[in-house]
Amino acid sequence: MAHETKIKTRPKDGATEILVLVSHPMETGQRTDPKTKKKIPAHFIETLTISVNGKPVLEADMSIGISKDPLLGILVKGPKDGDKVNVAWRDNKGETGAGEAVVGG
Amino acid sequence: MTTVSRRTFLKGTVAGSVLAVAAGAGLLAPRRVLADSWPAAAFSEKTAQGALKALFGTDNIPLSTDIHVRAPIQAENGAVVPIEVSTTLPNVESISLVVDKNPFPLVCHARLLNGAQGFFMARMKMGQTSIVRVVVKSNGALHEATQSIKVTVGGCGG
Repeated sequence: MAHETKIKTRPKDGATEILVLVSHPMETGQRTDPKTKKKIPAHFIETLTISVNGKPVLEADMSIGISKDPLLGILVKGPKDGDKVNVAWRDNKGETGAGEAVVGG
Repeated sequence: MTTVSRRTFLKGTVAGSVLAVAAGAGLLAPRRVLADSWPAAAFSEKTAQGALKALFGTDNIPLSTDIHVRAPIQAENGAVVPIEVSTTLPNVESISLVVDKNPFPLVCHARLLNGAQGFFMARMKMGQTSIVRVVVKSNGALHEATQSIKVTVGGCGG
C-alpha cells in the first residue's frame, strides 16, 4: 500500500516550521469490522524522523493515539532556503515510508 | 503453462524492483529510524502514571506555567483533536503527550534535536473527555502542563 508522505515548510517566528502529513490508517486494533465481526488488526506508525541536511531534528515515537493520517509540526531554528528536509517513518507492520522537500521550495 | 510462469516471473521482478527502490530510499534516510527504539512498555501502559514511570522513571512531575497548550476546550470529534504545544523553557529535549482516559494514555513522545525549538504540533485521538498532560523535558528536568478537553460523543457539537 502506498502511503504518501507530504512535507511543507514555512517561515514562522524567525524559525522554520516543518509540517509533515502521512496518509496512514493508524488503525487502533480496538475496532471490529461491522461486516465480518472480526477485529481489525492494529496498524500504526511507530517512529517518524525529520532531518534537515541529514541531521535529525525530530524523532517521534507514536502510538494508536495519533489520529488517522498523522500531521506533525515542529519549529526549527537555523535552516536556510535550499536546505534539504527528509522524513522517514516505520510502522508496526514493518512498512516504511519517506519524503523529501527543500526549505523555501 | 509457459505464459503463466512467465507472468508470475515478471510480476515478481516488478515487485522486486519496487522493493529495491524503497530500500534505496530507506538507505538515504537516517539510520536511527530503522533502529528499534520504540518504547513498547511505556506505550502499552494502561494508566497515565504507569506510562510516565515507564518513560521517565517517575510520575511526580511539577507543573510549569512556561508550557502553553493550544487545544480545543471542547472537541466535537474525538478522532481528530488538534494540539499545539509551545514552551519558553530552555534546551527542550522532548515533548510528550498523554491522554489520561485513553485505553493507552501515552500518545506521542517527540525528541527534539539539533536546533528544534520548544514546539510540537499533532492531532490526537480521544476516546472520551479527559485530562491531557504535556510533559516537557528541558535541561534534563521534567515539567508538566495539563488541560481538560471535553469530547462530545457523536460529534454533533452539543
